[in-house]
Amino acid sequence: MEWFDSGWGLSLVVFLPLVGALVLAAIPRANEAAMKWVALVTAIVTFVVSIVLAMRFDYGAAADIQFGTNLPWIDAISANYHIGIDGISLPLVVLSTFITLLVVIYSWEHWPEPHNPKLLLALVMILATGMTGTFVALDLILFFVFFEIVLLPMYFMIGIWGDTSMRVVPVVNWEIELRLYASIKFFLFTLFGSAFMLLGFLALYFKSGDVGPNTFDILQLSELGRAGVFTGAFAFWVFAALFLGFAVKVPMWPLHTWLPDAHTAAPTIGSVILAAILLKLGTYGFIRILIPILPDEARRWAWFIGVLAVIGIIYGSLACLAQNDVKRLIAYSSVGHMGFVMLGVATMTDIGINAAIIGMVAHGLITGLLFFIAGSMAHRYHTRDMNRLGGQMLLMPKMGVLLGFAAMASLGLPSLAGFWGEFMSLLASFNPLDGLSLGLFRTLMVLASIGTVMTAGYMLWMLRSVNFGEPAAEWLDDHNLHDVDKFEWMAWAPLVVMTIAIGIYPKIVLGATNDAVVNLVNKAFGG
Amino acid sequence: MLASLTPLVTRFAFLSEESGHEVHAGDGGALAQWAWLIVVVPVVITFLIVFFGKKSPLKGWGMATFGMAFVAVYGAVLAWVNLQEGILYEGAIEIGKIGPFALQWGWVVDGLSIMMYFLVGVVGFLVFVYAKGYMKGDVRYTWFFASFSLFAGGMLVLVSAPNLIQLIVGWELVGVSSYLLIAHYWEDFDNVDAGNKAFMTNKVADVGLFIGAIIMALSAGSFQFSEIFEKMLSGQTSLAQFGFWAGLALFIGAMGKSAQFPFHVWLPDAMAGPTPVSALMHAATMVTAGIYLVARLFPFYQLPEFAGNVNAIIAIIGAITLFFMGLLALTQDDIKKVLAYSTVSQLGYMMAAMGVGAYSAGLFHLFTHAFFKSLLFLGAGSVIHAVHSNNMSDMGGLRKYMPATFWTFMIGTGALVGLFPFAGFWSKDEIIASGYHTASVDPTFAAWFMVILSIGGAFITAFYMARAVSLTFFGDYTGHAHPHESPKVMTLPLMGLAAFAAFAGFLNVPGVTDVFIRWVTVRAFPIVEHHAEGLNWPLVFIVTPIVLVALTVGFWLFRPKETQAERDAFTIPVLYPLFEHKFYIDDFYMDGIIRPTMGPLADGTLWIDMNIVDAVPNLAGGAAKHVAAAVNTVDQNVVDGVFNTASAGTGATGGFLRKALTGRVQQYAAMSFAGVVIIAALFMIF
Repeated sequence: MEWFDSGWGLSLVVFLPLVGALVLAAIPRANEAAMKWVALVTAIVTFVVSIVLAMRFDYGAAADIQFGTNLPWIDAISANYHIGIDGISLPLVVLSTFITLLVVIYSWEHWPEPHNPKLLLALVMILATGMTGTFVALDLILFFVFFEIVLLPMYFMIGIWGDTSMRVVPVVNWEIELRLYASIKFFLFTLFGSAFMLLGFLALYFKSGDVGPNTFDILQLSELGRAGVFTGAFAFWVFAALFLGFAVKVPMWPLHTWLPDAHTAAPTIGSVILAAILLKLGTYGFIRILIPILPDEARRWAWFIGVLAVIGIIYGSLACLAQNDVKRLIAYSSVGHMGFVMLGVATMTDIGINAAIIGMVAHGLITGLLFFIAGSMAHRYHTRDMNRLGGQMLLMPKMGVLLGFAAMASLGLPSLAGFWGEFMSLLASFNPLDGLSLGLFRTLMVLASIGTVMTAGYMLWMLRSVNFGEPAAEWLDDHNLHDVDKFEWMAWAPLVVMTIAIGIYPKIVLGATNDAVVNLVNKAFGG
Repeated sequence: MLASLTPLVTRFAFLSEESGHEVHAGDGGALAQWAWLIVVVPVVITFLIVFFGKKSPLKGWGMATFGMAFVAVYGAVLAWVNLQEGILYEGAIEIGKIGPFALQWGWVVDGLSIMMYFLVGVVGFLVFVYAKGYMKGDVRYTWFFASFSLFAGGMLVLVSAPNLIQLIVGWELVGVSSYLLIAHYWEDFDNVDAGNKAFMTNKVADVGLFIGAIIMALSAGSFQFSEIFEKMLSGQTSLAQFGFWAGLALFIGAMGKSAQFPFHVWLPDAMAGPTPVSALMHAATMVTAGIYLVARLFPFYQLPEFAGNVNAIIAIIGAITLFFMGLLALTQDDIKKVLAYSTVSQLGYMMAAMGVGAYSAGLFHLFTHAFFKSLLFLGAGSVIHAVHSNNMSDMGGLRKYMPATFWTFMIGTGALVGLFPFAGFWSKDEIIASGYHTASVDPTFAAWFMVILSIGGAFITAFYMARAVSLTFFGDYTGHAHPHESPKVMTLPLMGLAAFAAFAGFLNVPGVTDVFIRWVTVRAFPIVEHHAEGLNWPLVFIVTPIVLVALTVGFWLFRPKETQAERDAFTIPVLYPLFEHKFYIDDFYMDGIIRPTMGPLADGTLWIDMNIVDAVPNLAGGAAKHVAAAVNTVDQNVVDGVFNTASAGTGATGGFLRKALTGRVQQYAAMSFAGVVIIAALFMIF
């Protein structure tokens, strides 16, 4: 297994889906069954390989980079194919392959219009490569490439299979198809952010030349960052550039407005991937790149990150309370939940960053499940309007129970996965990193915990409108309303099981992350 | 990984040297080591019922009741051993580490938790048996028992918790299962709203619980209760600095679950659930959680150098609750609501007792109250079952039709109002005596406030119970159903509970036996109590006549009358309208907080989001569109079709769109490549 541990294993996880996409491209359009099987086998194999990685992972040395390799790639700019994972990236890699597999299973019999499974599955496969690639990349250029690879498939997914209803854009008063508006908005926002991010990367590359050979290597740059090479105005501008790039992706308030539109417009599997994985690319960037490379600047601006995070929590929750559209509500709830993740990051402590990672995993599972359910509901009811829905517990009891479960998980019910991230980031903000304002962070803690009340408020409100009461007359004889089907069960049950499992035994995630996080914080801020 | 699943056993280093307080206790042996079964069995049974309940012969009832019987028997055995030799044991398994903190699930076996195991098991078992009859034919019979089992299981998770995290987990499990049970008949939005109200009120209070737990854990450096106490003793904490805030915040959490003023609003509405739910919720589970939390942290609250004067706040809040919430029971027509406000008031007694340092008296009242209040609720349920109405105006004269229900209800009433020799007499008078003792040793405002309102509360309790009994059981039947005695499966549990309500008081007769005190003071940390040695007989001779007078007056004022108008004749101006509107507290929450938040505030935020925050990108997009249109006339190939399609507002077909989008890709690639080149060039130059 030497070959496996020295880079091949990880490379397989990253590039198998791409191979799958190529194979898909070669299959004739008419042969749908073959496409599905190719996609499924690819997803299963990728997932299995990632599980093998998780089993072979040395948890005693979770702080070290494992399974890595470092090969020359573009000599001209000394960009390397440097990959590897530690305890921070491992859970996210597994989460990505896991969600990809579930998405393929769900797609088996749920094709959004216009049909075209070939292209859709190929896009899912390319997305998978981009996502896992981002989590394993240890070279800034490699990171950037994977980060950007994700962009196009998602853009197509929203633009082609998205919601075709018309949306009137306020302020400028256009009337435009929602899928077009949302896909362009998603694309431009992210591109805007990545342009700055790339600038920041390049700046780091050239600056690193001051003390040795120029490098894009994240680990080497982290060493330099710790040694105090990046300081002063330079550090500030680089920080600002990287911050923009990552914050758009998270998204942090006030850069979040692409998210409700993208989620609402996207087809079900698009929303699931977007919520479950894509948002984590941003937070992962904060943890893997921003804090280690620019620790002093991160510490200086921690208050700013914390304040934006808590604004996101409160603001997202309030926006949810005003929603009548189920998918939009879940989308705004993501703004709130990612606020908790970023609050954890902002504390710059081991507890806070652990909270952020377990929060990311939990959000991936839970919001993924919520979007699956919301998508299936919209497919059956042909509406997402909560005012028209109601009595789902009578119409489709299993769907109702699952929605209830997901809502409870989402509001952070202890004993389910969502609790740990939320509670621990509150815990961390009582005692943030030395030197950060105690008064401010403790105020943020109180405000964020008021946010948990509002989260409960809109989730219960949604359950009341959708699940309870008597169904309206229009649904009583609707033959579309069949309860959860076989493929939905197969895609959703694993999410339910994992949500409970992590809730009861958080070591599934923390066992990998804790040492790595403690190490990261100690290195960045001195232990 | 599996190695971490083996229990980490804590054997207590007894603290007798430091405090001079002897705790005689063993570690309980295998009995204590296997006590985790008490928690796990009901929780596992919940899942079994969800998956297999509908196919099982008893539709889930059998499994649920077996679980409770198991807990009751195990609890009773533990209680017995604890009385013989004392048990102090703490087991835990590690479930993760976060920074320096170890996260654990565990189980505490000591006097306090054993008392709760026993109580939850016995009351739970009897209520589950009763529910078989009461819920017969219910649309969601199996689901009901699954939630009910989770409800009890959550409570056991809570009381077995050796650390604050597990306590929070149990706390919220109880919360969510109560939500399911209260909203059991969710076809009607009123019930759903009642469930939401319970959940949300508790969630607000939970902010206090979370923050309190965080402050306490971080300043003491541990989530474990036993470690927190040890560090308090050895002075290794910064708890002195934050103790007041930790104590206050945790108490706010306790106020939510234990329905203390001003968080009491959810409890009366929780009557929307089926009656067995009310019986269990008001007795052994849920509402006792707050009292339990304060009792668990009692050593902390008793030390002013850590908790400051949170104790006084506890006593005052408890006293306000016991007096003013009792008043609200006076005007209710719904028999369950009378009992609900009565529960709020009795919880006030327990909380006030904790506040004045009467640990075992407060817990004793918790213990006896669990029996007589669940008895009263089940009795009310039996009546409701018979007359198909919750309203006392539809009852009357039922003692003739339902003798078993009537007599057990009378025993419950005797216990509640505190008549000799029923259970409530002993526990309530001990609370008053302890309060008086504290007040005379250390005459603070809080202590005297508590004593005076406690005595006043005794009057009110007797008064509203006299009214309820008279309207329900005396006079002539005024409803339209055909009242009948309930089946055996319902009356037998009533009799079981009645036996406890009648005799449980003898567990702790001052001067004769101190079984209960010995029971609950087996703790790893010494309990320093402010209780009087025995009852205060002069006080008893003041309180008991007051109760008798209140009963007489109440019974006479609400004596059987001919017409509804006559029945309604007794009112007190100003006060009665105030009581009927529940002091306008519920209205204030609704109109002052919830509606503004869900209305203007939420709508305003969304408006800002769409019109202001989003204006920048939209305007930029708008500008780009115009530029694009201009450029487009020059060169069709530079700007792709997407914006055109958009501006034309046509429903593009998938095929056309794909083509347009593909054009976009090439440009994106070209543009970003150009961008990279330019940026790289800039960097090279500078």
